Amino acid sequence: MIQQRSKKGAVTAVIACAVLLAAVILLENISLLLPAGSVPNVLKPTSQLFAVLKKGAVYSLAAVSMNLLNGFTGLFSLGQAGFMLLGAYTYAILSVPVADRAAVYYLYGGSAVNFSFQDMFGTIFGTEGVGGAVSLGLGVAVAMVLAGCVAAVFAYFIGLPVLRLKSDYLAIATLGFAEIIKAVFQWQALGPVTNGANMIKNFPTFSSFNITGADGTVILRLSTFFPFLVSMICIAAICLLINSTYGRAFKAIREDETAAEAMGINLAKHKMLSFCTSAFFAGVSGAMFAMFVTNAQAKVYTTTMTYEILLIVVIGGIGSISGSVMATFLYVACSEWWLRFLDNVTVINGVQLPFLRAGFRMVVFSVVIMIVVLFFRRGIMGDKELPDLFKKRARKEGTGK
Amino acid sequence: MSGSILNVENVTMQFGGVVAVDNLNLEINEGEIVALIGPNGAGKTTAFNVVTGVYQPTNGRVSFLGETIVENHPQGKMKKLYKGEHAGEYSHVLAPTPDRITKLGMARTFQNIRLWKSQSVFDNVLIAMHCRTHTNFLAASLRLNHKEEQEQRDRVAELLQTVGLYDVKDEPATSLPYGKQRRLEIARALATDPKLLLLDEPAAGMNPQETNELTAFIGQIRKDFGMTVFLIEHHMDLVMDISDRIYVLDFGKLIAHGTPEEIQNNNRVIDAYLGVAEDA
Amino acid sequence: MEFAISVLISGISVGGQYALIAIGYTMVYGILRLINFAHGDVFMVAGLLGIYLSASLPLYAALPLVLLLTVALGFCIERAAYKPLRSAPRMSVMISAIGVSYLIQNTATYITGGQPMTYPVIPFLSDTVVIAGTPTKWVTILTPFLVLALVLALQQLINHTKVGMAMRAVAKDFETAQLMGIRINSIISVTFIIGSALAAIGSMLYFTNFQAITPTAGALPGLRAFVAAVVGGIGSIPGAVVGAFIIGICENVIKSTEFTVFSDAGTFALLILILVLRPTGLFGEKVTDKV
Repeated sequence: MIQQRSKKGAVTAVIACAVLLAAVILLENISLLLPAGSVPNVLKPTSQLFAVLKKGAVYSLAAVSMNLLNGFTGLFSLGQAGFMLLGAYTYAILSVPVADRAAVYYLYGGSAVNFSFQDMFGTIFGTEGVGGAVSLGLGVAVAMVLAGCVAAVFAYFIGLPVLRLKSDYLAIATLGFAEIIKAVFQWQALGPVTNGANMIKNFPTFSSFNITGADGTVILRLSTFFPFLVSMICIAAICLLINSTYGRAFKAIREDETAAEAMGINLAKHKMLSFCTSAFFAGVSGAMFAMFVTNAQAKVYTTTMTYEILLIVVIGGIGSISGSVMATFLYVACSEWWLRFLDNVTVINGVQLPFLRAGFRMVVFSVVIMIVVLFFRRGIMGDKELPDLFKKRARKEGTGK
Repeated sequence: MSGSILNVENVTMQFGGVVAVDNLNLEINEGEIVALIGPNGAGKTTAFNVVTGVYQPTNGRVSFLGETIVENHPQGKMKKLYKGEHAGEYSHVLAPTPDRITKLGMARTFQNIRLWKSQSVFDNVLIAMHCRTHTNFLAASLRLNHKEEQEQRDRVAELLQTVGLYDVKDEPATSLPYGKQRRLEIARALATDPKLLLLDEPAAGMNPQETNELTAFIGQIRKDFGMTVFLIEHHMDLVMDISDRIYVLDFGKLIAHGTPEEIQNNNRVIDAYLGVAEDA
Repeated sequence: MEFAISVLISGISVGGQYALIAIGYTMVYGILRLINFAHGDVFMVAGLLGIYLSASLPLYAALPLVLLLTVALGFCIERAAYKPLRSAPRMSVMISAIGVSYLIQNTATYITGGQPMTYPVIPFLSDTVVIAGTPTKWVTILTPFLVLALVLALQQLINHTKVGMAMRAVAKDFETAQLMGIRINSIISVTFIIGSALAAIGSMLYFTNFQAITPTAGALPGLRAFVAAVVGGIGSIPGAVVGAFIIGICENVIKSTEFTVFSDAGTFALLILILVLRPTGLFGEKVTDKV
């Protein structure tokens, strides 16, 4: 009985994801289907909409991975940006085509790592046509998995000393590690690998996944589809984890460490598992973030970025995956798109609207954030998930009869 | 009734200059219900915490099922401060974390109920079974452990039926009335598949009727699960009713030990509870 | 040798300025168990106020006004953003603090247009003096003494006045203090007022040395001061001061070597080392969870 229900739920979830992915593909290719003149601005590939969707997909994975740690295991960690940085650099270093390395690393006379996965797979599958697509896909996928692994390995060594610390101390220690990682990656001595304080670029980005015809025009856009696909797979994995026996143990640790330990849950082991898993997915999202901004540069991954993701997690509801995802898209859309008009000096009927000039968007945005934080303390979803809402309604209807 | 299951040998627990448990010796045999009683602050819960690995004793040894699980001797600063006896007798240091001890087959409840508050009754018990799962992290996340998971769920349902909580299985743990929360805590401890159950004041804050139900419940557990029970309790009715033997602690020291009848008539115990007139 | 002395002096001086900020962090943490992320930004606002006010007012009027307005800001932040969340989980309050920090930074960007502003020259403080052969500003010499004086005064206040006693009581046990008739809200306000006032004084000293103020100028000193408070054992005022001097000196020593990139990383490495060895900082009290 119980099992049947969960199977039905899983099927529904898979269908919902597939529908969403199909919708994304349709949305970004509409501009190709419609006659050139009649495409509304919003649907043009350069529209803010797609930037928001891509960034939202990247950030939602970052937020969910942070929620796994902060919301589900109750470990207050602020190392997210550091792990994203590790992922971004791992991906970038392993993905810049060998041919481009001299140009990217010109300050250091070329790179110390003369290797890229795409080239490696290219020698097997070829670099043109379908073979090229396969080697691109495999190259990116392997580099992304490695990005996650590197972040997880670092997390393991960071976790050894710091996971014994409690609440705020853990937060500040992880934040410290993130800063240290940032400094190390900017260090001149590591230049041949990390390109010092300069950015690494020329690696495959989201738009590399657009399929182009022989004449260079885009036939099928997949640049928004790709981050959605990756995020969806990763978030699904996190969901599965949370609902597994280990995920339940994490929740037990969150709610009462002493009781959890007394019931045979090895605190050190489970905290480490949660920490490394979270870092793994943060690393993957970092790799995607690098693809999104088309470069990897250490100074971007600041504590402000961590705070931003933490804000998203809290606005979505601590301990709610669907909350985190929804909050991410709302947050990104609000800060990058919907409030854009506030930054422009606007004149209506010869009267210039007061306050509207560069920077006002962010002021309004932070006021909105404050209102949400003060008046919706438990976030959008609390600790409920989307399906819970439907379930409750169904039960109410059931009792009504 | 066969051999001894828990052996506490010369255990002393000293915090700074305060000796909370002083040279405690006790033994629990398989199938028994043994009570540890004593006035407030006598060191009962501390003794529990030493046995379950929450505290590391300053000196002494605890063996479980014939194997030493905890052992320590005064070290560092404690060497000078140590006020207890038998300091030179132990040389090993063995301090497993509580979860290791639970895995060996010892489970406990807490004086102030420590349920996982927002989890359902069902999940509270299910989580306690986690320590007996064999699946690894990846396999569990990828749902390769269907069979084990289903088995666990069935066992939880069965266990909840036995303890009479099946009808509230989907409620959050904190929404239960106090008596049922205590019961759930015991069910949760049972889910870790223990050989020895330690109950820290299971009847604290209960009214007489609830206490009577609890007495019956503990008796039932012993019968159904063949469980050995070691409990701390203040309700003398309950203690005298179900205990096979009783240990009495006062100011950290063991002052008496025997069957309920012996303890009831022991003058030192009466003095410890009622106080002794100065000029007597 | 001269170089070493100058590094040490500037380290002590910066450390003193961090100490003034760190006290605000540590006092608020001691009472509310809240990391007040907005504190560094209050410090930055004090700097901006100094610029704007001194542009239209003479210094002797502007500086006290800076102090007053900063205190008002600190008070308002507490009343608007933290007080409504008193019964909420700690995480919510901390998020509120991050939100306030965000708001302040963005508002400052909006008002200043994001351009760095230059802090006014305060006579005497900015004058040059030669100590052990190295020229330095008076502010560098004065800071440690001023900090010590202020801290001693603060300690007197906390240990020997009724308000101080109430503050200690609230820090020890929030609920009980409330039951004993202490007006929690006014005590918390006092804490924020003291913290903000010290941050304002800190801003005058700090920005006399580092004159460019951007909207994010408070973030780094704030973070370092917070680290100092944690190193010292968060909640302890002497701890915060000692921690701040340690952080200040460390930072300047690292900056004087070729590893300048690591000046902040070094600070954090020190922090982590101390936390691992002494999980509650140098002067922090050990909390035990009763089973």
